[in-house]
Amino acid sequence: MTSAESTIEKVNKNLARRYRAEQRFRLYGILSVLFGLSCLVVLFTDIIGKGYKGFVSTEIYLTVDLSSDDLGISDPEVENAFMQADFEGAIKRALYARLDVTDRRAKRALNALISSGASYALRDQVKRQPELLDSSHGFWLLADDDVDTWYKSVDSKSPFTGRLSDEQLTWLQTLDFSGELRTALNTTFFTSGDSREPEMAGIMGAALGSFFTVLVTLLLSFPIGVAAAVYLEEYAPKNRWTDLIEVNINNLAAVPSIIFGLLGLAIFINFFEMPRSIPLVGGLVLTLMTLPTIIISSRAAIKAVPPSIREAALGLGASKMQMVMHHVLPLAMPGMLTGAIIGMAQALGETAPLLMIGMVAFVVDLPGGVMDAATALPVQIFLWADSPERAFVEKTSAAIMVLLGFLFLMNALAVWLRRRLERRW
Amino acid sequence: MNISEHTAQAHADKTVGEPLVKNAKMSMRGVNVFYADKQAIYGVDLDIGRNEVIAMIGPSGCGKSTFLRCLNRMNDTIDICRVEGKLMLENQDIYDPSLDVVPLRARVGMVFQKPNPFPKSIYDNVAYGPRIHGLASRRTELDEIVETSLRKAGLWDEVKDRLHGPGTGLSGGQQQRLCIARTIAVSPEVILMDEPCSALDPIATAKIEELIAELSENYTIAIVTHSMQQAARVSHRTAYFHLGKLIEVNDTEKVFTNPDHDLTEAYITGRFG
Repeated sequence: MTSAESTIEKVNKNLARRYRAEQRFRLYGILSVLFGLSCLVVLFTDIIGKGYKGFVSTEIYLTVDLSSDDLGISDPEVENAFMQADFEGAIKRALYARLDVTDRRAKRALNALISSGASYALRDQVKRQPELLDSSHGFWLLADDDVDTWYKSVDSKSPFTGRLSDEQLTWLQTLDFSGELRTALNTTFFTSGDSREPEMAGIMGAALGSFFTVLVTLLLSFPIGVAAAVYLEEYAPKNRWTDLIEVNINNLAAVPSIIFGLLGLAIFINFFEMPRSIPLVGGLVLTLMTLPTIIISSRAAIKAVPPSIREAALGLGASKMQMVMHHVLPLAMPGMLTGAIIGMAQALGETAPLLMIGMVAFVVDLPGGVMDAATALPVQIFLWADSPERAFVEKTSAAIMVLLGFLFLMNALAVWLRRRLERRW
Repeated sequence: MNISEHTAQAHADKTVGEPLVKNAKMSMRGVNVFYADKQAIYGVDLDIGRNEVIAMIGPSGCGKSTFLRCLNRMNDTIDICRVEGKLMLENQDIYDPSLDVVPLRARVGMVFQKPNPFPKSIYDNVAYGPRIHGLASRRTELDEIVETSLRKAGLWDEVKDRLHGPGTGLSGGQQQRLCIARTIAVSPEVILMDEPCSALDPIATAKIEELIAELSENYTIAIVTHSMQQAARVSHRTAYFHLGKLIEVNDTEKVFTNPDHDLTEAYITGRFG
């Protein structure tokens, strides 16, 4: 009896300490989660705080005289009539007229306020609506990136540290005062490729490049990865060679991605003489990089299929291939897809190997396929972050937001697919 | 007599009783099974008669499941497993290297310890075997096979309204009967049952036992069981395994009332096991 009581006493004595330890343990967990969350919040506030301005651009209202003679358009029906027309001059004249400038030096300072892309936008609009010719019309024209930066700093009441002279600032204040400056949705950003002019630079080229690259990666790495995983799990004999293969696949998963870039440079570009900077080579390199991830996750998914299901199929006289195709693969599919999508997300965010194979090039045109020179989203971010123009700061953040958006979408897709395909057994 | 003496005796003795029958469905001679270097079955000679239910009993690890899995080469899936001896299904050598296991397993079906329906509908579970073997050319034919199989397994009335519901949604006993229906859907000649009731409650067990009795009219059945009452209830002949050796084979009644071998008696009276 006494010994039983003393046991209880001992237990009780320790109980408080055990509960305290338990609470501390929980607290550590909560602190870790909070730390992670706060880092994420800081990161997102910074990126979104800088980046949201990238989605709007500043425009200047100008009344432009579109007389055919001044523009040099003799017949609007003729092909190339608009290509050779002098819209830039028309815009400049409108600008001089609006601000009463005659001095050559001042004219040059004034020209710097309008983006060089404004004339192209105007040309395209007039080409669509030829009835605008031979009369004066008001247009909202894209401002230069320095104006953009200044106007946004006025908006947010933050100090302006740009490259505008006092004279230019006076003109801008005049325009602002009379409501001839506005910010509008920056469609250029979503529809065009890269540019030296920040206000003309868009994410579409890089997004298409990324799309083609990831498409090539997915089409190659998923079938190859699944086939390799099925062979290794279901068919390969368990011997020293397969052990060696397994160890090497695990090692490959840990190889830094830049090494894969070098490999791609040596094999695809130097040896097979494929062109540089194309999504096909990028996709091949990223395939090499994602394959280990897909093989490992697919093998895990195949391993997780209960052996009783395999026995049931074999016991009924299913061949090995029927067992794999009818039972193992459908049951392993959610896991394999999740692995593949995570691999794709990794590939989408990969920069280093793409640098090695020349997808870091300055590409203005939108790529139309896997054989066109292109860049990719993360490389575009790298390029913009490296640019000296102040206005690229917000472009960089905006591009990061676009990339993160794609990554979220892909992860959400992975979760949805897993829920959708998961079956109980 | 203690266990080690039993062991010594088991290794010394030949099978007693009547392991061989005339006009056997399956006959096995000198079967040795090895897992890598470890021998699991020692020189078993056994015949399984036509339309007979033979029960294999014995303590855990005695090799009765291993022996059962040799009969339709399910042991092929285990890399390290090696089978020696002559195993015949009528005139067919089961371990003939040129033999295709697919038709063999269509002739010798198997029901496993844990109910293992596919994560598909009840209909698809039963139809799977006929589909892969191409037994039905038309939809109506397949429907008929499914219905007959489910009726034979005594499950039809319980599931006829939800044939396209998931097979995994059934109770344990129903799942096991579904697995039996799935096995008989390919019309095997022999059905191997590896402790089919060990995961079931007594009522579900009773249903399966009734089913075995009915099935024995058309099929040859070999059943491994841990329950001696079950062996006594369902089987015609009983084989007692001990440490990889076949100790005694006799009519079930004789095994459970007046066994020839001391070890059999010791096991069925519960002195060890």
